[in-house]
Amino acid sequence: MQQRTPEITIVGGGIVGLSVALGLLLAGSRVRVLDGADSDARASQGNFGLVWGQGKGWNFAPYANWTMDALDAWPSFAQKLQELSGINVALVQSGGYEFFTDPTEMECFKAELDQQAGYLGRRASYEMLNGDDLRSQLPDVGAKVVGASFSPRDGHVNPLRFLRALRCAVQAMGGRVTMGATVAAITPQPGGGFALARADGEVTHTEQVVLCAGLGATTLARNLGFITQVKPQLGELLITEKLGSRLPFLSSTIRQVDEGGVQIGGTKADAGFDDHESLAAIAGLARHAVTVFPALADVRVIRAWGALRVMSPDGYPVYAKSAAHPGAFLVTCHSGVTLAPLHASVLAHWILNTSPTPDLEAFDECRFALSHAA
Amino acid sequence: MADVDLIIIGAGPAGMSAAAVAARDGIRVLILDEQPQPGGQIYRNVAQNRGNRSWLGQSYAAGACLVDALKHPGITIQSGATVWRLDKGPFVTWSRGGISQTTSAAHVLLATGAQERPVPFPGWTLPGVMPAGAAQILMKTAGLLPKNAVLAGSGPLLYLIAAQMIDAGSAPQALVETQTPRQMLRALSHLPRAMFGAPTLLKGLTLIAKIRAAGVPRYTAASDFRASAEANGDIGFRFRVKGRDRSLTCGLLLTHQGVIPGTHITRAAGIPHQWNAAQGAFQPEHDLWGATDQPSLHVAGDSSGIGGADAAAAAGELAALNILCQTGHHSTETRDQRAARARAALFRARAIRPFLDTAYPPPAEILTPSDDTIVCRCEEVSAGAIRHAIREGAQGHRQIKTSLRCGMGPCQGRMCDATLRGLLSAEATTNRAISPPRARTPIKPIALGELAALSPLQEETT
Amino acid sequence: MSVDSRFLMLPETGNRMRFTLDDKPVTAPVGVTLAAALLAHSGDWTRQTAQGTSRTAFCMMGVCFDCLVEVDGTPNTQACMTPLREGMIVRRQVGLPALKGGQNG
Repeated sequence: MQQRTPEITIVGGGIVGLSVALGLLLAGSRVRVLDGADSDARASQGNFGLVWGQGKGWNFAPYANWTMDALDAWPSFAQKLQELSGINVALVQSGGYEFFTDPTEMECFKAELDQQAGYLGRRASYEMLNGDDLRSQLPDVGAKVVGASFSPRDGHVNPLRFLRALRCAVQAMGGRVTMGATVAAITPQPGGGFALARADGEVTHTEQVVLCAGLGATTLARNLGFITQVKPQLGELLITEKLGSRLPFLSSTIRQVDEGGVQIGGTKADAGFDDHESLAAIAGLARHAVTVFPALADVRVIRAWGALRVMSPDGYPVYAKSAAHPGAFLVTCHSGVTLAPLHASVLAHWILNTSPTPDLEAFDECRFALSHAA
Repeated sequence: MADVDLIIIGAGPAGMSAAAVAARDGIRVLILDEQPQPGGQIYRNVAQNRGNRSWLGQSYAAGACLVDALKHPGITIQSGATVWRLDKGPFVTWSRGGISQTTSAAHVLLATGAQERPVPFPGWTLPGVMPAGAAQILMKTAGLLPKNAVLAGSGPLLYLIAAQMIDAGSAPQALVETQTPRQMLRALSHLPRAMFGAPTLLKGLTLIAKIRAAGVPRYTAASDFRASAEANGDIGFRFRVKGRDRSLTCGLLLTHQGVIPGTHITRAAGIPHQWNAAQGAFQPEHDLWGATDQPSLHVAGDSSGIGGADAAAAAGELAALNILCQTGHHSTETRDQRAARARAALFRARAIRPFLDTAYPPPAEILTPSDDTIVCRCEEVSAGAIRHAIREGAQGHRQIKTSLRCGMGPCQGRMCDATLRGLLSAEATTNRAISPPRARTPIKPIALGELAALSPLQEETT
Repeated sequence: MSVDSRFLMLPETGNRMRFTLDDKPVTAPVGVTLAAALLAHSGDWTRQTAQGTSRTAFCMMGVCFDCLVEVDGTPNTQACMTPLREGMIVRRQVGLPALKGGQNG
């Protein structure tokens, strides 16, 4: 007897792909995830683990609200993950800082937060702290820090354990995850459905396909008629040796992983697909860290690395259905950690077109149509 | 213009001989070495031991002449200097006394040597279990002799250390060797070639004779190593020989299964690495002169493939001659002419390797240890957890690392990469090649404050 | 510490240096590394991991990071790469080191 083809195939087994897979499984679909090679770009293995809202969507209301929905959904999502996978992703949502050494930069950021607050209405919550206020809360913050913004909503998870928890949860729900299965081509079939040709020569058929392969989805997406062009943005990071005490704050650039290591990041550069760490950038990160919290000077860096963010032309998520080839979807975004609870719930209903079908029109790729044509 | 003509990283036999040749023929050399004195691990402390500790033997003492040759106005040596990054240029960023700086050079020779192959088995993390080579370093640098020790594993170093211990008056309690008669039989086919290295072979036989004469019991074809701590701190060492369980109680269990190239710096430099199946290790690709695919980067010595001290010294000389040719100090004819002696020495030194590699291979049980064995000492990850992750679908070093934190501690994988490779290879369902793990900056941990203090001027050089 | 040293110190002539280990005075020959001095002094552990298992100096060449101790207030110092100095204040490490200004627990 011929094996039934999986109904939905997710191309990409990173945080976005596995979140979407989990959502579809929870909604009752049969799901298969095809993941690529160990050496692929893999933003999901190099990220910072923030569950973050400050400044998100300050000039795009749908994204500001979408992010806030995600923050609200995280506690129950983390609990669900733990039930399914047995893994605690160490979610902490006790607030996060954005530190400034330049008053002008701080003013600019305040303006962005104000605009974001305008979109969020009563859901907005942040405060601006001058240097003295800040040091009264955090006495060991460096003297060169002129102030900070603080949002009680912000938080983080352990990003590597989160990735593993997602994979285990998907498997626990009966999803099949195949690793080392790079998809080389997707061909729409005349009677509907798609043929997926893998790099190792194997061909599988699927009724629906969701592209979640980050930077690896570029060619596949183009061939299915999608117009979104994602680009890599290099972020460099440091991780220190583990500490037995807790860093008394979380910020968007300095955070302590629950296991004890301090992660420092936040650089942005256009370096194509080159993910090497540069001396200038990592020295800059170290300077930032010891400026913000001088006690960190004695802590040793164990590893620096570069990772490639997946950036759409405007930086916001893209949720697109192929008009030319019904059953093909493109899901791509930065901030895959923050948005995961929605990808694992609301987005599944959007893909399945089941009620309540969410309105995600704002994230369609038609917003790039003009620039694409030009 | 570069700060110096040549930076040599590592002052073992390869680095020292390269420095001597390069300086003799007219270029300025800076040696950066992590240890307090030049010599590398093999000739560790050799100049300080001159006339003392004669039980370390003749071939050790002979290393002093390599150290003496560093006394040349063209050579500057920075001991206690840890290189933690290499940039194209080349630029070498290094730390000494808590301060880091970047130095440019026309050429860089990477001669960082080898490390002992990790020998994981249940109990290998206990105080009292130690690599035999580590104990030998204590003998060389501190005059500390292992007391009531058992030497376990395989390879010529085990015999050398046993003989040194006997001569120093603290004979090992026993030798527990893993090599099997069948492996020795298979190695015999390499014996004709090994005859080019007859003095080395002869030396090995002399060592074994000395161990026998001292009445040290030897067990061979031993397996199933397991160590536990006794109440008084002694090590209870259990193993199997010929189907029988054996156990020995000792103060120190010294293990050895050969050495593997230290490749963090060559991997971080972007030099391609190949799997040396005979030696069971990755090594950087290089030509006969030690030149790599990266402009201005040469490799020499055990970090480019295990050959031992004599091979390393010869390879260092060849690399130096090639660099002198590239800097215009020698014509290719002069280079080739001067290389003849080193080439012959390299040939002789390497002739014995196939015999040794076949006779003393690392046993399967340390490449793929039992599930209850800690593989990653830093993060305390067991072989069982790694097998589980591989069965979950992890394809390579990186996925294991990110799902289990294996290799993410301060040793940066030095103690677990080789074992992880063994497990990946044994558990693989396809014959996909396993890439070496990626090495990132810093090559050794460095304080945030020290990194922060790197001056912008130096950064611009990148 | 109750475990005897696992090493025999050769009766070589030479001066000795003083240091303290967990506030107790210890001596060792001039010119050795801190790790050698610790191993000559005792066969016991010098570090306990985050999971509470005992370790001491292992590779003696700076690659394994099992010999980490606190030296003159600086935690996670590689004893095998640190030359012994007169008057060094050395402490064994239990668990992960704390951060100045950090919060306990």
